[in-house]
Amino acid sequence: MIRFNSVTKRYADGGVAVDSLDLVIDSGEITVLVGPSGCGKTTTLRMINRMVEPTSGHILLDGRDVTQIKPTELRRGIGYVIQQAGLFPNYTVLDNIATVPRLLGKTRRAARRQALELLGKVGLDPALAGRYPAQLSGGQQQRVGVARAIAADPPVLLMDEPFSAVDPVVRQQLQRDLLQLQADLHKTIVFVTHDIDEAITLGDRIAVMRNGGRLAQLAAPAELLSRPADTFVAGFVGRDRGYRALGFASAGHLPLHDEAVLRIGEPRGAARDRGQDGWVLVVQDALPLGWLRTTALDDAADDPVTPEMLNLGGTLADESGTLREALDAALSAPSGRGVVVHEDGTFAGTVTASEVLARIESRAAHLREQATR
Amino acid sequence: MTALWDYLRDNHAEIQSWAVTTLWLSLLPLLAGLALALPAGWLAARHAWTRDTLLALSGALYTIPSLVLFLVLPELLGTRILSAVNVGVALTIYVFALLVRTITDALTAVPSELLAAATAIGHSNLQRLWAVQLPVATPVIAAGLRVAAVSNVSLISVASIIGVSQLGQLFTLGESTETLTPIVLGLIFFVVLAFLYDGAILALTRVLTPWRKAARP
Ligand SMILES: Nc1ncnc2c1ncn2[C@@H]1O[C@H](COP(=O)(O)OP(=O)(O)OP(=O)(O)O)[C@@H](O)[C@H]1O
Ligand SMILES: [Mg+2]
Repeated sequence: MIRFNSVTKRYADGGVAVDSLDLVIDSGEITVLVGPSGCGKTTTLRMINRMVEPTSGHILLDGRDVTQIKPTELRRGIGYVIQQAGLFPNYTVLDNIATVPRLLGKTRRAARRQALELLGKVGLDPALAGRYPAQLSGGQQQRVGVARAIAADPPVLLMDEPFSAVDPVVRQQLQRDLLQLQADLHKTIVFVTHDIDEAITLGDRIAVMRNGGRLAQLAAPAELLSRPADTFVAGFVGRDRGYRALGFASAGHLPLHDEAVLRIGEPRGAARDRGQDGWVLVVQDALPLGWLRTTALDDAADDPVTPEMLNLGGTLADESGTLREALDAALSAPSGRGVVVHEDGTFAGTVTASEVLARIESRAAHLREQATR
Repeated sequence: MTALWDYLRDNHAEIQSWAVTTLWLSLLPLLAGLALALPAGWLAARHAWTRDTLLALSGALYTIPSLVLFLVLPELLGTRILSAVNVGVALTIYVFALLVRTITDALTAVPSELLAAATAIGHSNLQRLWAVQLPVATPVIAAGLRVAAVSNVSLISVASIIGVSQLGQLFTLGESTETLTPIVLGLIFFVVLAFLYDGAILALTRVLTPWRKAARP
């Protein structure tokens, strides 16, 4: 557990970056610090490993005042990942990852062997071990950065906008992989970002900060979306927070409809018989592939259905997923029937937008009732 | 051409001993100057006030005319005026003066984010210097070293004016006997020596920074 006890940081030029901050960061969780540029996120983060010393107040790491611990020793026990990864250009990937174990006195051999194992853990091809950072893509560099930070298995991980320099698709992948890694490692992660969506995706708890390093709200993502503490938080969280809150509401047991599906390779003639409102769902080994428009089929009724003929616009909703997923599946399906799948990806049934909306309505009514009681 | 060969054969013993002195005079000051400039540059890169002091000092040293230095040093060092030590010390001072600025700039040019990352994962200042800052600054330092080596070689030839026996003697000899052969020979020697240093430092830099080759597309 990391505890900030009325911590203030005033820089030499007189600017107050963090103003009497009280904050408790629970162990084994991802706590996200989010807020506008210059609000003091990096300063807050760097006070934990004494890269920045507070002007007043105390920071306790598992009950121990960090100023009582020698800086180099403290830092070797805390992983740190920065934007652009901050990899050493003169070290190979392997030696970058092996840095902290080496600093802790491991032999080069042992440190490298450990580093090699970590490559796989962060989703990197071991063949990259001998490359230099300049020979990696941005996403790969970030993965090396994460591997380096966890190499010595520190209980605490500090991450300062680690994914902000990569494109959205890669960022999403990195976020997913971080969550998977965290499910495995249960580190105490303090993650800084100015992207509220990233905060909501990653955070077990989110600390919204406002300028001057003051805490505006500390809450779980769902609570932040449904009950912002004030207008600043509400504005920061964004206008479509009502919709995004559905991403935290379980869809429960939706009324699924059966669908007469078509297997890939079956003759096109069959599509017209099984189609419903002009669309038929095409599957392969029970996995949904896409929708086929039955009215647009030409006369070659005996020719097989091929993947090129399919409309791939619809998203898939997980059976045990959220209301947001279910609604999105229904809205994006060309047939208007959202495809729901079992955990193993096989077809479970379809659901319509109005059915999902009815579920949302009743959930909202239930919440209102709870609130007034 | 044959005149050069003949001259070389006739004065073989003398030229060989001059060449050995020239080699020492060019190599030792370069190494000594680098060894002194590294800690000074590191100190200068750390604080604003050390930076100002050291850069002012090295700038002042560099403006002293070489001839004056050659003549004043014997007084200061208590050596004989013709001693090669004078030349060696003078050259060391020039190499030092030239390299302090380069090394300071090279160390300061290492991205602060990179240094912050090194600090953040637990390097002490010295470990950080050794593992990250110095290697990353190496190409720039090496470029400065190449300039220093070449300027060093050309300064040695000036030292012949005060009579230290080395290849620069060929110039004074040629002038006093009004023959061109030793002068041309001396020129060839010094140009080759300058190229040798340049090439050697370049090759050594390549070996020390394999990661730079990797960075090129
Ligand atoms: N070394 C420093 N000296 C003086 N002022 C500083 C220093 N570092 C940061 N500040 C100031 O402190 C405030 C907080 O800075 P900080 O870097 O913590 O913000 P941040 O929330 O991380 O911003 P960003 O999202 O842009 O990274 C800013 O106003 C900044 O100008
Ligand atoms: Mg920041």
